[in-house]
Amino acid sequence: MALSNVLETPAAGFNFDNAARNAALEGLFDGGQTPKPLKTGTTIAGLVFKDGVVLGADTRATSSEVVADKMCAKIHYISPNIYCCGAGTAADTKKTTEILSSNLTIFSMNSGRNPRVVMAVNILQDMLYRYHGQIGASLILGGVDCTGSHLYTVEPYGDVDKVPYLALGSGDLAALGILEDGFKHDLELEEAKELVRASIHAGIMSDLGSGNNIDICVITKQGVDYIRPYQESEYKDERKMKYKYRPGTTAVLTEKVVPLKLEVVQETVQRMETA
Amino acid sequence: MNSRGLRSQLQDSVPVSGLCPQGAYGVQDSLRSGFTSVKNELLPSHPLELSEKNFQLNQDKMNFSTLRNIQGLHAPLKLQMEFRAARQVQRLPFLRSSNLALDTLRGSDESIGFEDILNDPSQSEVMGEPHMMVEYKLGLL
Repeated sequence: MALSNVLETPAAGFNFDNAARNAALEGLFDGGQTPKPLKTGTTIAGLVFKDGVVLGADTRATSSEVVADKMCAKIHYISPNIYCCGAGTAADTKKTTEILSSNLTIFSMNSGRNPRVVMAVNILQDMLYRYHGQIGASLILGGVDCTGSHLYTVEPYGDVDKVPYLALGSGDLAALGILEDGFKHDLELEEAKELVRASIHAGIMSDLGSGNNIDICVITKQGVDYIRPYQESEYKDERKMKYKYRPGTTAVLTEKVVPLKLEVVQETVQRMETA
Repeated sequence: MNSRGLRSQLQDSVPVSGLCPQGAYGVQDSLRSGFTSVKNELLPSHPLELSEKNFQLNQDKMNFSTLRNIQGLHAPLKLQMEFRAARQVQRLPFLRSSNLALDTLRGSDESIGFEDILNDPSQSEVMGEPHMMVEYKLGLL
């Protein structure tokens, strides 16, 4: 390492040292050829029914034109009674929801209560507004707490909306069409699950960025039912051959065993406190 | 990047380091920071750079002024005195101080943000030269 003339230790948090270099590189690459972060190119949907909230998502993660992950989990755990679907940049949604989940766990350990959905929404809103939309996470937050069942949407710039049903992501137009057509207040559980499934399915069929399986998460006062996958895609590929090699495929030519001579010099026993 | 927009952020909080370019041995690091230009050194390279640098300061200012409006002058005055006292509990400049009292006062010991995960100073790969850092802090440099 060269002479480190550091007179002040670098601050914690985001480091902007490479921002100027990245901007210069983008200019050199003639636009469109710089490595892009993994986006989920998603269809996510949620709706409030009689006893709680149903969230649904597809499972495809794309990196430009290639499907990077066929079984991506887009419904993230926030707390035992709150789950969150994320669209946008995959790393951003994952990290943001993990930080939110940690903060709410600390809160519930401090106070002994399950967190409310409004708390999660406020923390997210503050966090995303602070970074002025540079964190590309569009989230659908749904949960059931002591005040009832709630569904919120949070946009990357910190915009928040409380809605009875919602779809987000690149396939949201098709999904929203199905939801608008079929939504009624106080649906039953099976009807709600079928409506969410149909809307995600419409998103998958009409959008290149969504696909593969459908995950459904049902949150009620009694608990959470995370069904993954709820419906598998009909277009699964069948592997024709196995790529695993049998033991004995490579012939062993010679074998030499050298035992290491170790002698016990000192032995101490320290009891672990298993209180 | 709209440099005109960034120019509006050009207050007196950006350090002007035209005489001492960053990089090893005091020579401009062309590979990482590009060629020397006054604009590069004065304007922030990222829209969030300035707002992140001053974030804690601005949060504190906002909280203190709200507190003053709600509870009167004594509340923020007393808190600021406690902050000042807590800020004085530090190790030597090149060692990492835990700032435990300061964190407790601010309430940031009960929340996790990006500054706890990314670029953790206790796990930094570079260490400042102890003598130079102490001299800089004492103003002898």
